[in-house]
Amino acid sequence: METISSNSKELHVLAVDDSNIDRKVIERLLKISSFKVTVVDSGSRALEYLGLEENINSSHFDDLKVNLIITDYSMPGMTGFELLKKIKNSSTLKEIPVVIMSSENILTRIDRCLEEGAEDYLLKPVKLSDVTRLKDSILKTENRGISELQSHRGKRKRDDDRLPVLPSSFSCHKDVSMSPPPSPQQPTPKLARL
Amino acid sequence: MERNQMHSRIANIRKSLFEQGYLDEQFIQLEELQDNSNPDFVEEVVTLFYRDSARFLYNLDQALEKKPLDFNQLDNLMHQFKGSSTSIGAKKVKIECTQFRNYCNIRNVEGCKRAFQNIKKEYTTLRKKLEVYFQMSRQVGAIETACRPR
Repeated sequence: METISSNSKELHVLAVDDSNIDRKVIERLLKISSFKVTVVDSGSRALEYLGLEENINSSHFDDLKVNLIITDYSMPGMTGFELLKKIKNSSTLKEIPVVIMSSENILTRIDRCLEEGAEDYLLKPVKLSDVTRLKDSILKTENRGISELQSHRGKRKRDDDRLPVLPSSFSCHKDVSMSPPPSPQQPTPKLARL
Repeated sequence: MERNQMHSRIANIRKSLFEQGYLDEQFIQLEELQDNSNPDFVEEVVTLFYRDSARFLYNLDQALEKKPLDFNQLDNLMHQFKGSSTSIGAKKVKIECTQFRNYCNIRNVEGCKRAFQNIKKEYTTLRKKLEVYFQMSRQVGAIETACRPR
């Protein structure tokens, strides 16, 4: 039986951003945090990559499986929000956690993203501490997901169990194992700065 | 002796860049991403910024010549440029970008043009200061490599 520990495999992140500079920085942030990183410059390139990886998955190439997608919100062509929707509407891709990055702290936007199934909403510029926190959260989700499969409880449903997201209910570092779906990590630290 | 003096000089230059408000915390975040495997990371990011943003500034220049001004286009261009400035910790540049966007929002033509001049001024000033800073850092790095005991 396979035991998953935080050291047993490197998590693979797909990062999406149209800005050269932000791509360079997010790639470094992720690599320093021991992620394996693939960076693309648009939503459509991201879907291409994920489409390819669907085929690869079916051949059991676990090395290339994407464990997390982190995307900029404001991009020309397909926005990060549109990318998020496409991923959550895909039967093969919807389980992949998606994190949105944005320079804009707009509550309605944050709510919309979280309601659409985003794991988290990070304010740019993204910091190392954001990435570390994200990694812990993803690892917990991965481990729980594996153990659920092992005990034949089936996959958790996202839709019904999600609590309404209100600013007052934001709490930092909520223990995801306490509630049925992982409540998205709330961006309280960023909001508190204002 | 000379090496220590250079170290102090570089440290002072760096310190004044923060004290005078040219750089903010984001620059420190970038420095934290630099290590032996990526010893020039900060300079690489800054270089990329100046290379990329030349294009934005040119586009903004062109857009500001239009009659009448397309404020939506201006705002979009500035949003991207401001994002990049934020990513390297260019504090004064970022502040002027915000001013520009404020003038855009109230459709103030003269305000936008003035703010744009300020942006270019801060952008150029920062570039010169960072060039000096990086050049000196590289010199010290070279000296240290040469002096390293074998």
